[in-house]
Amino acid sequence: MASLLRRKGKNLSLLLVYTLLVFLLASVLLYTQALRKEATLVLANSPEIIVQRLVAGRHAFIPAQYLKQLGDVRGVTYTQGRLWGYYYDPVVKANYTLMATGNKGLAVHEIAIGAGIARTRQLTVGDYLSLRNARGAPETLRVKEILYPDSELLSADLMLLNPESWRQFFAVPQAVYTDLTLAVRNPAEINKVAEKIVQRLPDTRPILKSEILRSYDAVFSWREGLVSLLLSVALLAFVIFAWDKASGLSAEERREIGILKAIGWETSDVLRMKLWEGAIVSLTAFLSGYLLAYAHIFFTSAALLTPILKGWAVLYPEFHVIPYIDYLQVATLFFFTVVPYAVATLIPIWKAAITDPDEVMR
Amino acid sequence: MLNPVIIALLIVASLDTLMLLIAAGFALRILRHWDIQSGSELQIRLEQQTYLIATLVGFAFITELLSLLLFVYNADALSSQFVGAMCATGVLNVNPWGWPTLISKIIVFFFAALWLALNFIDRQAEDYPLVRIKYGLLLLIAPLMLSVWSFQLKYFLGLNPAVITSCCGSLFSADARGIAAEVSSLTPRTGMLLFYVGGIAVMISGLWYLRKQRTALIFGMCSIGAFITAIIGIVSFVALYIYAHPHHHCPFCILKSGHDFKGYWLYLPLFSATALAISSSAVAVTQRIPSLRTQAKKTARKFGWLALLLYGIFYLLSSWMVLTSNLTLENLWL
Amino acid sequence: MNTHLLHLENVTKTFNQGRPNEYSALRGISLDIPAYQATCIIGPSGSGKTTLLSTIACLARPTAGRIYLREKPISNLPENFLAKIRRSTFGFIFQRFNLISGLTVLENIVLPAYPLGLPQHKLLQRAFALLDQFDLKNRAEHRVEWLSGGEAQRTAICRALINDPAIVIADEPSANLDSALTAELLEIFTQLRAAGKTLLITSHDPIIHEAAAIDMRVEMRDGEVRSIA
Ligand SMILES: Nc1ncnc2c1ncn2[C@@H]1O[C@H](COP(=O)(O)OP(=O)(O)O)[C@@H](O)[C@H]1O
Ligand SMILES: [Mg+2]
Repeated sequence: MASLLRRKGKNLSLLLVYTLLVFLLASVLLYTQALRKEATLVLANSPEIIVQRLVAGRHAFIPAQYLKQLGDVRGVTYTQGRLWGYYYDPVVKANYTLMATGNKGLAVHEIAIGAGIARTRQLTVGDYLSLRNARGAPETLRVKEILYPDSELLSADLMLLNPESWRQFFAVPQAVYTDLTLAVRNPAEINKVAEKIVQRLPDTRPILKSEILRSYDAVFSWREGLVSLLLSVALLAFVIFAWDKASGLSAEERREIGILKAIGWETSDVLRMKLWEGAIVSLTAFLSGYLLAYAHIFFTSAALLTPILKGWAVLYPEFHVIPYIDYLQVATLFFFTVVPYAVATLIPIWKAAITDPDEVMR
Repeated sequence: MLNPVIIALLIVASLDTLMLLIAAGFALRILRHWDIQSGSELQIRLEQQTYLIATLVGFAFITELLSLLLFVYNADALSSQFVGAMCATGVLNVNPWGWPTLISKIIVFFFAALWLALNFIDRQAEDYPLVRIKYGLLLLIAPLMLSVWSFQLKYFLGLNPAVITSCCGSLFSADARGIAAEVSSLTPRTGMLLFYVGGIAVMISGLWYLRKQRTALIFGMCSIGAFITAIIGIVSFVALYIYAHPHHHCPFCILKSGHDFKGYWLYLPLFSATALAISSSAVAVTQRIPSLRTQAKKTARKFGWLALLLYGIFYLLSSWMVLTSNLTLENLWL
Repeated sequence: MNTHLLHLENVTKTFNQGRPNEYSALRGISLDIPAYQATCIIGPSGSGKTTLLSTIACLARPTAGRIYLREKPISNLPENFLAKIRRSTFGFIFQRFNLISGLTVLENIVLPAYPLGLPQHKLLQRAFALLDQFDLKNRAEHRVEWLSGGEAQRTAICRALINDPAIVIADEPSANLDSALTAELLEIFTQLRAAGKTLLITSHDPIIHEAAAIDMRVEMRDGEVRSIA
């Protein structure tokens, strides 16, 4: 109603704080959701089973002859050994993932690097990068390619080498791998296959893709939950603020409500008017906050949030996700913001609505 | 498990519980001191509090309805995080508190609807004749809400991702045990019979009541019966046709996008019709109070017709879904 | 039986019941107010005139006693019914015009009709008829803060009349008016009375209560009726 617009000034600060809150919450939710989507995308191409060898409970190199034995397990269609490891680069204080690959056509001393490494070390194709190998001697590597995959999330810190160079670099003997990957014909048999592997090779541990997916999901959920919990504290502050705003009824407003009641309005008419007023404020703040967050995440790649959620990683991935709206998320956000606001203002609104009509006569 | 939806649901349930407890506190005072004839300041204050109570209950009603939807939708969305869960059924099965939470939420929803209807009609009479009944009922709803809150809390706290749960495939199958299994082990024929007998009973009792202005209570009873038989019917009969699969009994999968959200088209009319029918019947009973005669009659009829309309939509829609399905079950008509 | 429009039986109003500052503003008032006449309640400040008026006009409920409106008891109705009676039977003219600032003349006038849920065109039709009658037509879209005293007063009167009340209540209507406006007001009261309204006015301004338009004078003192003339 018109009477709301008159008090623009009073509602403006509330509207601003409210919008800001929705914006923050929505940004966090949208962002973690986007991250989770990315991770799922990445894992979609990863092997169904990874087999590691454990020695004294720790991850150890796995002998190459295990490949043969695993290939004999019924249901396994394809086996491959992987070579990978971490390298700490003191120049940029970051960890790279060094992985061997045979199908990039890399010669000895040639590498392909993730976009994150390229950015921080300011490398382009043809440049040279010098790293210290396992014996402490410097080794110069030529950048042959920079990787720009669909998703940068997991490949930002990736460095691909030819298997020979890899073994040389880390001083790892020929007959071992870091771990082995298997493909299984029938997805329903994966659990069976994993059981058989443990029986045949008791010193190994099979890791299933579904397990990784699940733990990823749980980790993201958990992080998101933690951040939401922090924001709930902000929410609480906001609720107190809203309560205060709603109960701080000016003499002017009291008089107006008194007049309205004297000329025939009932408590419930006043209540209804005030609730409408609250609803309009809520919806405006909610919509504008959400739209702002949407623009923030999808059009500016979460410029404000990146440092917080991904940790202060040097090689943080830059990523652009396709904009989309998840209704469950909108509903959650609505419950997180509008409902507490409404509850906080209910009692003050009621208090205002029961103003005695005969007050205007005095 | 901390997940934003869960936190939101917990917050809303806590707020609703708090509000209903506050309302119940006021209700106690009203029950103790109410005297409509008095012009004392206490009485005037109590009257002012009735507005607050109505607002609180109305608010709890709306948010509980929304959170019921969110709860089911979220259970569905969580199914990827539990081994063995394909839809909400599996997630509700993760621990023993899932189903009590859902059912108590539904019950609170119906009670709140009933309360709002009684409150509406009570305020039409100058002597507020239902004050005692109304606030007595509220004293019942508050603990109910408290139990929703505690069930839900236990349920969410007990959501252990390591649990391997069983989903609709095994819960709603003839070989399992328990109510769900018994419901699904009904042949589609029995399910269909129950479904339509419930429907016919509620329609006839409703029409009878609306024409003769009597037997409103029977209408109310029939609507509760029809609600139960409709759910049984959906599980053991309608769902099969929606999934086009003779052994897929699940009341939740029909809510998924893969089935065009057909579930919402069924549940929304069914829930509203039941709430309206129960309210209509309760309001009709209050016709006996002299000061309410005309108003109660009018309101009860309005609710009654609306309920019948929604029942009509529900039964027609579900029949239409059955008829247009690709599934043909043998033995159905034997 | 009693055929008066309003009939009061032993009405009392006690403020701050049960507390040390308990005060009885009305002490057993019994009174009949006839229809279609102008009644003026007179008495010194603090004698309970305003309290009596708000009790009669359903703004407040009496602590004890009964009030009948056209033989229907209204003293112990719950608030929603009081509000209903208030808006259909009584029109209010307050001491200070009590217009809501920020709204236009038209918006102020239709406020009392808002809870009736009438269709828009009916509402406007009524409002414009009144604006016409009180010579405010070209002010309809003006904010009320910018009105002259006379216009504000007429706006307040229009607002009181929008729901076509049987009884018009005016509490000290001339308290803030100069003599010209008071004369105009008296003129309007005469018109209203001629149009079949019942007027209930409080005033200790002799210009009002000595006016020819007043049919009955009720004198109050310390919450009791002193004399009726
Ligand atoms: N809400 C109230 N609380 C306490 N005392 C009141 C209240 N309203 C009025 N009074 C007291 O009642 C008495 C009568 O007031 P009122 O009816 O306004 O007199 P009048 O209009 O004749 O000047 C005054 O003494 C005033 O102080
Ligand atoms: Mg006075």
